[in-house]
Amino acid sequence: MEKVEKVAYEPVLIQHVRQPNSYTLDFYQKHARGYEALRKAVTTMQPGEVTEVVKASGLRGRGGAGFPTGMKWQFVLKDTPKPKYICCNADESEPGTFKDHVLMERNPHLLIEGCAIACYAIGSKVAYIYIRGEFFHVQQHLEDAIAEAYKAGYLGKNILGSGFDCDVYVHRGAGAYEAGEETALIESLEGKRAQPRIKPPFPAVAGLYNAPTAVNNVETLCNVPLIVDRGAEWYASLGPEKNGGPKLYCVSGQVKRPGVYEASMHTTLRELIYGERFAGGMMDERPLKAVIPGGSSVPLLLAEQLDTPASFDSIQKAGSLLGSAGIIVLNDTVCMVWLAMNLLYFYRHESCGKCTPCREGTDWLLKLLTRLEMGEGQPKDLDLLFGVSNNIVGKTLCAFGDAAATPVLTTMKLFRAEYEAHVREGRCTLPAAWRAKQPMLARHH
Amino acid sequence: MSFHAKMDYAPAKFHKSERKLAEQGEAFTYTPENQARFDEVVKRYPPDRRKSAILDALYLAQQQEGFVSRAGMRLVAQQIGCTPAEVEDVVTFYTMFYTKPVGTYVLNVCRTLSCALRGAERVTEELSAKLGIHPGETDATNTFTLMEVECLGACDRAPVVMVNDGWHECLSPERAGQFIDDLRARGDVSLTGCHLKVESKK
Repeated sequence: MEKVEKVAYEPVLIQHVRQPNSYTLDFYQKHARGYEALRKAVTTMQPGEVTEVVKASGLRGRGGAGFPTGMKWQFVLKDTPKPKYICCNADESEPGTFKDHVLMERNPHLLIEGCAIACYAIGSKVAYIYIRGEFFHVQQHLEDAIAEAYKAGYLGKNILGSGFDCDVYVHRGAGAYEAGEETALIESLEGKRAQPRIKPPFPAVAGLYNAPTAVNNVETLCNVPLIVDRGAEWYASLGPEKNGGPKLYCVSGQVKRPGVYEASMHTTLRELIYGERFAGGMMDERPLKAVIPGGSSVPLLLAEQLDTPASFDSIQKAGSLLGSAGIIVLNDTVCMVWLAMNLLYFYRHESCGKCTPCREGTDWLLKLLTRLEMGEGQPKDLDLLFGVSNNIVGKTLCAFGDAAATPVLTTMKLFRAEYEAHVREGRCTLPAAWRAKQPMLARHH
Repeated sequence: MSFHAKMDYAPAKFHKSERKLAEQGEAFTYTPENQARFDEVVKRYPPDRRKSAILDALYLAQQQEGFVSRAGMRLVAQQIGCTPAEVEDVVTFYTMFYTKPVGTYVLNVCRTLSCALRGAERVTEELSAKLGIHPGETDATNTFTLMEVECLGACDRAPVVMVNDGWHECLSPERAGQFIDDLRARGDVSLTGCHLKVESKK
């Protein structure tokens, strides 16, 4: 069954990124049919047609939710006197995710072209790229590329003589995970704290400056020029049904060659972790204990589930989510209570504080997990953890609450014995050698 | 009058008028270059939406002063056309603005999962021992500030340290001491930067 799908896959998003000057306009035009898709869209197609093509291609949002992009654009209000906006979500903060970084630093013109086409499709004149503040070196490349595009007439007034105007601006964030949530991103772009809004109204109706807005991930927008240039059928044929197109996978953790790898969504998790073209196997040949397949906010998968294809639908069927495709690989030396504690430290720090269950709950979860990990846990703590987590899930404005509770719920479900051992033995059950890597634990035991 | 016998809500101790506001400080203005830069940035947003430029305005103030002072916040409020309270609201939310003076080099060690799996906590410990400060503190010479931050988005090159706006990737605990010496001797040049840039030069 796998045999048919093993047709050699040609990368189309990051094939040139290791070459010198891959970020220049010159290179982009010579090697990647640069701005041909924009030319095709603005000179031969109606905005509605562009949206139709994107919809037909089945492109799904690469930021985490996997929502069909064409549909998102169709929801953007048409008949309104207000301006419309495209916001590109480049606030790549999900632990384990680093794909947009590569695209923006080494292939920025693809993103700029994608932004311009998206603007054309929904009838917007401005696109804001919200980049996280820590990516300052990336931002410089991006701004240089935008200046080049303006100079060459691919941005600005009357693009390619079509009468279509489009401006692309970079907006620098200042360190907030929550700004990756679309309404929080809009709030931050308006100059406020990055806190989510109550939905509805959705951004497609009332987004940035209360005007219709589409918020798309960097990788999503980078797919748009490919679809317009080569057609929806070609795009859909790259992957399994409803999971078409190229996908960037970020493999990190305890593997030999962590990095960003491009593949079709036929590729299994096993290939991505052990394949020679990909991460090349486990570090020090240790056995794999579990995998986080889509950034820290998704449930764990176990070693026996590695043959799942890394597509939105298959991973969901296996009980997790593809999310942002940040694959974190864990070997047998990782304590699951420690893992949950590490991630809850992150979520407690990044909770924006708007909704009480999340703001208070993450703090309590961290306290409980720290107590367990330090060997001072009590048997009742396990029920308490479960109770607190379930009082966060589904009770917050955005998905952050669910994401924050997930590391606890998934480790408790799959590795409950480990939690119980922590309580029983009054210490972390990690091998002593591994404890040395985490000074806080080493000191404590 | 206390509602709780054991809790001392003595009026004199916690009376509202005792609340200390931070020093107002000297008046602060942008340098002409920074003012020009701000005027340029603010044009990106609709004329009635100047507040969108608040993060950029704060970055400029921080770049000029080393941190965002009260006076800096007042200037930003004046430039944006909002109240200083609104500016403070924003400043205190985002982690990249410092409200207190920091060292010449701010070492931000990523501590989230992928970096932690590769020993980020040991890196912090080594840096801490070398500099004689705890995370969150600045050393006596005002050269280094050590901080722990959340995921920086370079999990493939863990552990990562962000030094001001630059990056240093794959910093092993064993090399942490040397890293400080290099920074002292050669400054920013000793940072590895982002690997993509380095590899594509080959």
